[in-house]
Amino acid sequence: MSVIAMTTITSSVFAGGPDKPGAAVVKPDADNAGLKLPAGFGALKVADGLGRTRHIAVTSNGSIYVKLDRAKNNNGILFLQDTNGDGKVDKQSGFGNYGGTGIYVKGDYLYATSNENIYRYKLDAQQQVTDPANPETVVSGLLDRRQHESKSIVLDDAGNIYVNVGAYSNSCQTQDRTQGSPGMQPCPVLDSAGGIWQFKADKLNQTYGDGVRYATGLRNVVGLDWNKRQNQLFVMQHGRDQLHDLFPSLYTEKQSADLPAECMYALKQGSDCGWPYIYYDPFTNKKMLAPEYGGDGKKTGGETAENPVVAFPAHMAPNGLLFYTGTQFPEKYRNGAFIAFHGSWNRSPENQAGYYVVFVPFKDGKPSGKWEVFADGFAGPGPVKSPGDAKHRPCGLAQGSDGSLYVTDDAKGTVYRIVYNAK
Amino acid sequence: MPLLIAGLCVTAQVKKPAKPAAKPVAASAAPIARGKALYRQYCISCHQENGSGVPRMNPPLIKTEYVLGDKTRLIGILLNGFNEDVEINGDYYSNPMPSQAALKDQEIADILSYVRNSFGNKASTVSAAEVTTVRGAKK
Repeated sequence: MSVIAMTTITSSVFAGGPDKPGAAVVKPDADNAGLKLPAGFGALKVADGLGRTRHIAVTSNGSIYVKLDRAKNNNGILFLQDTNGDGKVDKQSGFGNYGGTGIYVKGDYLYATSNENIYRYKLDAQQQVTDPANPETVVSGLLDRRQHESKSIVLDDAGNIYVNVGAYSNSCQTQDRTQGSPGMQPCPVLDSAGGIWQFKADKLNQTYGDGVRYATGLRNVVGLDWNKRQNQLFVMQHGRDQLHDLFPSLYTEKQSADLPAECMYALKQGSDCGWPYIYYDPFTNKKMLAPEYGGDGKKTGGETAENPVVAFPAHMAPNGLLFYTGTQFPEKYRNGAFIAFHGSWNRSPENQAGYYVVFVPFKDGKPSGKWEVFADGFAGPGPVKSPGDAKHRPCGLAQGSDGSLYVTDDAKGTVYRIVYNAK
Repeated sequence: MPLLIAGLCVTAQVKKPAKPAAKPVAASAAPIARGKALYRQYCISCHQENGSGVPRMNPPLIKTEYVLGDKTRLIGILLNGFNEDVEINGDYYSNPMPSQAALKDQEIADILSYVRNSFGNKASTVSAAEVTTVRGAKK
């Protein structure tokens, strides 16, 4: 997810130089790694079978750090290298005996998260971790009550780190996910979760009291990125589940499959995105009062809550967000947003949706066109009836210093690299 | 999906209820058929039509010890809900399961009879009396 200043090492791995589109020299796989891509793009699997690979960071010389959901052989972080320049990982090592999701490279440090803590590791000039066994703890004690447990991170350019603390609840019902149970008023989850917290990136051993609740009313965020052009934090919220299961007299199964939107928000300090009191209806483009709080599918609410920047179809589970700042891809992609949709689960009995990477063009910090599917085919050829049917599920995104787009899959542990190779 | 077919094969194993007060369970496909309808209503979102669950979130119901093993534990999960960090067939699942105690004993029995005889599972059915016993012990 991080972009690091060019070094002389990176310019040797692609022939055309860093500023020329179509400069990538790595060869896509013959079948483009099974992906469907726009004309001129190709893809390769740089690694496979790694485990549940969540988020990813790529160093300036093309090495890769991936975070595993659960540590495997005591390794929760994998360091992947391509020593012969063919684009395929041929050297692998691991460290960090904890599972988690977040990983990010910034300056001289690699940052990584468990489901409770944020750690950092000093990097050398090659951006390799100097002391993998002894990370420093930046933040500890963030809430992990299992549901929405992953901690995603990003840093800004002013020394701050942002972390999602997901709500340990679907919609703040008195009894979570129980039919007809009313919403708690006010929702106590929001004191310590259901938002984005900001901490100092260079201060050790911080806890909640040292941080700032930067934004609230966000049910669960897995994909987030710092938009350098806007100097602003953007996040992707996972919208609430199960409107029909919980309120069958108010919502049909079909409505439940199509509501609410998965939303992109542009945050500023103090933003409130409205969860659990409201959800966003992508058909009426309105903030709707949640049924737990007196809503009936028609009443609007949340007048002071943020409006989304983009509203996507329901339940597709955005797990990765990346603003593209490279020059390898054509002009239209620059400064636009890529979003990795992990794929839905609560659209039964309909087919599931998502399982692809989409692109949203941006101009001056705002979407300048409709979103489109950029990379599809991760799940395989057939319809996905249940998430287990999906061969691969997109999760994390990162940009290589040559402008390649990396995508992780946390079903089979595949790391994809998408390149533009039209002349 | 051959779910109902799998279900039909095992109904002969239905046990007589232990307590005379409880309703007898018919030795027919009825409990499993009723269970299928109830599963569709209460369980399908999380555990999916084919019982495969959702990776990392909602556990599968296919050939797991939790489904095929001790019935008392299984009934207890429906009555009490489940929110523990346990390994199930090599994976972990983070979503909490809400209590289904609002369902009737017969409904819980039917759902479990269906689940234990679907998705490739084959195990004895569950009677309403067994659910009544576990619910009683809980109090």
